[in-house]
Amino acid sequence: MAIDEIKIGGMGARQRRVEDNRFIRGKGNYVDDIVLPGMLHMEILRSPVAHARIRSIDVSRAWEIPGVRLVLTGEMLAARNLAWMPTLSYDTQAVLATDKVRFQGQEVAAVVADDPYIAKDACEAIVVDYEPLPVIVNPDQAMAPDAPLIRDDKVNQHDNRVFDWEVGDRERTEQAFAEADVVSTLELHYPRSHPSPIETCGSIADFDRSTEKLTVYMTTQAPHIIRAAVAMVAELPEHMIRIISPDIGGGFGNKVPVYPGYVVSILASILTERPVKWIEDKTGNLISTGFGRDIYLKGELALRSDGRILGVRMHTTSDHGAFFSDAQPSKFKVGLMHSAFACYDIPTAHLTATGVYTNKAPGGVAYRCSFRVTEAMYFQERMVHAAADDLGIDQAEIRRRNFVRDDDFPHRTAFGFLTDSGQYTKCLDLGLEAVDYEGFLREKEEARKQGRLLGIGISTMTEPLGAGNSREYDILGIKMFDAAELRVHMTGKAILRTGAKTQGQGHETTWAQIVAHELGIPANDVVVEEGDTDTAPFGMGTYASRSTPVAGAAVSMVARKIRAKARKIAAHLLEVSEEDIEWELGRFYVRSAPDRGVTIQECAMAAYSNVPDGMEPGLENHAYYDPPNLTWPFAAYIATVEVDPETGVWDVLRVVAVDDCGVRINPMIVEGQIMGGLTEAYAMSSMQFITFDADGNCIGSNYMDYLLPTAWETPGFELHEVVTPCPHHPIGAKGVGECATVGGPAAFVNAVMDALKDTGVRNIDMPLLPDRVHRALTTGADVSGAPPVDPDAP
Amino acid sequence: MSSLFNEVTSTRSDDVPVRRVTITVNGETHTADIEPRLLLAHLLRQGLKLTGTHTGCDTTNCGACTVLFDGRPVKSCTMLAVQADGHEVTTVEGLNTPSGLHPIQEGFKDEHGLQCGFCTPGMMMAAKALLDENPAPSEEDVRWALAGNLCRCTGYQNIVKAVLWAAERMDDTEAEEAS
Repeated sequence: MAIDEIKIGGMGARQRRVEDNRFIRGKGNYVDDIVLPGMLHMEILRSPVAHARIRSIDVSRAWEIPGVRLVLTGEMLAARNLAWMPTLSYDTQAVLATDKVRFQGQEVAAVVADDPYIAKDACEAIVVDYEPLPVIVNPDQAMAPDAPLIRDDKVNQHDNRVFDWEVGDRERTEQAFAEADVVSTLELHYPRSHPSPIETCGSIADFDRSTEKLTVYMTTQAPHIIRAAVAMVAELPEHMIRIISPDIGGGFGNKVPVYPGYVVSILASILTERPVKWIEDKTGNLISTGFGRDIYLKGELALRSDGRILGVRMHTTSDHGAFFSDAQPSKFKVGLMHSAFACYDIPTAHLTATGVYTNKAPGGVAYRCSFRVTEAMYFQERMVHAAADDLGIDQAEIRRRNFVRDDDFPHRTAFGFLTDSGQYTKCLDLGLEAVDYEGFLREKEEARKQGRLLGIGISTMTEPLGAGNSREYDILGIKMFDAAELRVHMTGKAILRTGAKTQGQGHETTWAQIVAHELGIPANDVVVEEGDTDTAPFGMGTYASRSTPVAGAAVSMVARKIRAKARKIAAHLLEVSEEDIEWELGRFYVRSAPDRGVTIQECAMAAYSNVPDGMEPGLENHAYYDPPNLTWPFAAYIATVEVDPETGVWDVLRVVAVDDCGVRINPMIVEGQIMGGLTEAYAMSSMQFITFDADGNCIGSNYMDYLLPTAWETPGFELHEVVTPCPHHPIGAKGVGECATVGGPAAFVNAVMDALKDTGVRNIDMPLLPDRVHRALTTGADVSGAPPVDPDAP
Repeated sequence: MSSLFNEVTSTRSDDVPVRRVTITVNGETHTADIEPRLLLAHLLRQGLKLTGTHTGCDTTNCGACTVLFDGRPVKSCTMLAVQADGHEVTTVEGLNTPSGLHPIQEGFKDEHGLQCGFCTPGMMMAAKALLDENPAPSEEDVRWALAGNLCRCTGYQNIVKAVLWAAERMDDTEAEEAS
C-alpha cells in the first residue's frame, strides 16, 4: 500500500515548522548572537546633513579613547581603492565619504573598539567640518535647470538624471488613445517606504592571516552574490571567501544589497587581524539602507465607453536617492514596472520612465516585491478604479470585462511578458461572494443616507515572480538560476542544501516536504541547510518570491535524479530489468508482481552496500534549475472600510483575500505569508512611509516616527484559495510571498476613495493619514504626499 | 555568584565608574560589576549569554527585548542594568522547564505564530505577562496586551491565535491539576 503523503509531511501537509523548535526557545542564531574569540566592535559615524562638502575630518580625539583599536575615514579607504564600491545597478556608491556627503545618514567614518559602547563614544569624538550645499528631495527639484549637481564625482554626469527608459509600442498606443471614447488620467506618488525588518543589518568579518581566509557572518538574503561581490570589490580570491548567513530576523529586500558597513567591517578585520562585529542601530537602518518605492506616476487609460481598455500610457519618475543602487535585473531600469496590466487583455501599452538622483538614501530595493511590481500593480489598480468611476461602471464589472480569459493562455501582455495560467474571474467572483458584494453595496447606500461613509475597494492582479529565466534576468551579469544538492545517507535519512536563504519563509520545512513528495522519505528525515557558501551550492538568494519558483524547483529536480538512480538499484535488488519497475510514493515494485518491492530506504542502504556492477556507489546529486519563465500567481483582494467624516479616520471593516499561487506545498506557511503581506499592505496604505523636509532631514528615522501597525491596529484577514497549477514548474507551484504586499495597498486605498466618491476627489497619496483624508473631505481636492513636508505643520 | 562582563570591562580605564549589582535571572542569582550606563538587554545578551532576548529598535517601540521584571513585562533595551539590582528577571530562556515547553511556546509553533523568529521571544514574554494576569483573555485583550510588540512577518493573526491556544491549554492543565 502506498504511503499517505500527508502523514509523511509531503505536499499539502500543514507541517509544523522545524525551525520553530529553536526560535521558541530563544535559541535562534542571528548575527548579533555570534561571539568570536578576540572579537572587536565597530560603529559608524553618519552624516547629520543631507548635502555638504567635507572640509575636514579630525579623528585625533577618537584615537585617544582607551579601547579604540582603529579609526577609519574615506581617505584611508581611498588609499586602498575602497572608498567607492559598485552598486547592483552599474553605478558607484561611496563606502565612506571622501568629497561630499550626499544624504543624511551617509557613512563618514568608522571606529573599531573593544566594545560597542567605546566605539560609540569614539564616534562622538570625531569632528567633521561640513560646508552645507543646497538640498534636493524630489524629482522636480532634481530636474530644475539650476539644480546643484549631486553626482559631481561622475565623469560625464551633467545633471541629476539617472536614466531615461521606455518599453512598449508608442505609435500603436497613440493610435489607441486617438480612437478612445474616454481617456482616464491619474497622477500620484507612491511614497518612499522602508522594508524595516525588526533585526537591522550587521556583520562579523573574520580574516585569518595564517590561512588568508575571510569568513563573514552577515545578514544577507543572497550569500553567493555577496561572495562574488566581495571577490570583485576587495579583490580577494573567491575560494578564500566564506559568507555565512545565519538566522535572519526578516529581510523583505532590505538585506539584498551590499552596504558600506559590511565592507568596512571586512577591511577592519583585515587591518586588525581580529574578528570585527558591526551591528547597525535602527536609525542607521532606516536612514541609510535600501528603501522601497518613491516613484511618481502619470497614468492614462484609453477606454471604450463599455469599459474595455484599449491602451495604457504610463510615465514614471523614480527617485533613487544619491546613488543608483536598485537591486533589480540589469536589463530593466524600473524593475518589472512593465508587468502592469498583465492580468488584463489590452491591445497596446507604452511606458516611459525617468530616474533621478536626490539627496536621499540610495536603495530602491524590491521591498517584499519583484522589482517595482508593487508600484506597477498599485498604479494599475488605482487607474482601473478611477476609470470605472469615470465611465460610471461597476468596479467589479470593469475588471471582468478586461480580464485575460481562462482559455487564452499562454498570453502575451501588451508590454511583452508571457503569462501562463490563471482563473481570474473565478478568483474575483469568489472574493465578491465572500464579502457579499451586493449586500455591502446596499448597506453602503443605506449608510450614505445617514451621513456615514462606507467604501469597498477591489484590487486584482497577476504578478511575475521567480526571476530568472537566465536569458533575460541577471544581476551584474550573474544569471538568475538556483541549485540544490541532496545527499541520502545509508539509513534513508538525508541532507538537502540549496543556494536560497530563508529569512522566515520556512525553507527548512518546505524543502523537506518537496523531498518527501518526490521520494517518499518522511519530511522529518530530511535536514535542510542554507546560507553557508562553503557548503551550499550556488544560488541567487531569496527575494522577489523566487525561492519556491526557482530553488524549490531545483529541490524537486535533484530529488528526481536521486529517484532515477534508486530505480536502477531497485531493479538490481529485485532482479528485474529497470523497465519492469514501477514507482509509488516511497517504493519501487515489480509491475507484474506488485507485492515484490523495495522501499527508497532499502535502495539507500544498497547504494552504500550492494550496488550493481559498474555503478558508482552512494546516493547523492545536485541540480541547477533555470526556470523557463516567471511564475504568474493571481490574487483578488477586497477591503471594506468606514471613514469618519469628522476626523478622516478610517477603519477597516473586512479584508477578503483570494490567492491563486498554484499548488501549495505547505498551506499553513502560504497563509502565513499572505497575512504578513496583507499587513504590510495595510501599513503602507495607512501609516508607514519615509519622507523628508526641505533640508533633507529624514522623517521616519525611528519607530516613533516610522509607524508600523501593531496587533491592535491590524485588521483580521479572511483567506480563500483557488489553485491553477503553474504549467512549467515541476510541482505546479507559483511564488506567493509578496502577492499581498503587491496587490493589497490598492484594495485599501480604493476602498477609502470609494467612500469619498461623492466629494469628487480622485486621489490621496499614501499613506491615507487621517489629516490627509480630512483635507480631501473638506476641500474636495486631491491630496499630494510628495516631499518636502513641513515638519512643523499641524 | 558568577562574574560578568569580563570582556567588556577588561579595557576600561580606571576612571570608568563601576557598580556592583545582584540580579536574579531565570531563578539564578548573579553578581556583577558593571558600568552604570550598561543596558539591561546588553547585560543579559553579552554578560549572561542569554541571546534569546533580541534588540530591535533601541527606542522601546518594537518589544523584541521584552523580559519580565518582577513578573511585569519591560523592554530591556531602554532599562539600565543597575535598575535591576535586587530584582528578578525572566527571559525567554526561562520560559520552558526541563520537563517541557511552556504552552505559549507550543502555541506559537502549533498556530504558526512566527516566521523569522526575531520578535518571538518578546512576543511570548508579553503574552506570558498577560496570561499570568488574565488566564482567559478575549481576542481584544490579547491584541491590546501585544500592542507594544512589533512583528513584520506574520500580520499578528496567528500570534493572537497562539496566545489564545495557550490560554485554553493552561486552563486545561490547571483543571487537571485541580482534579
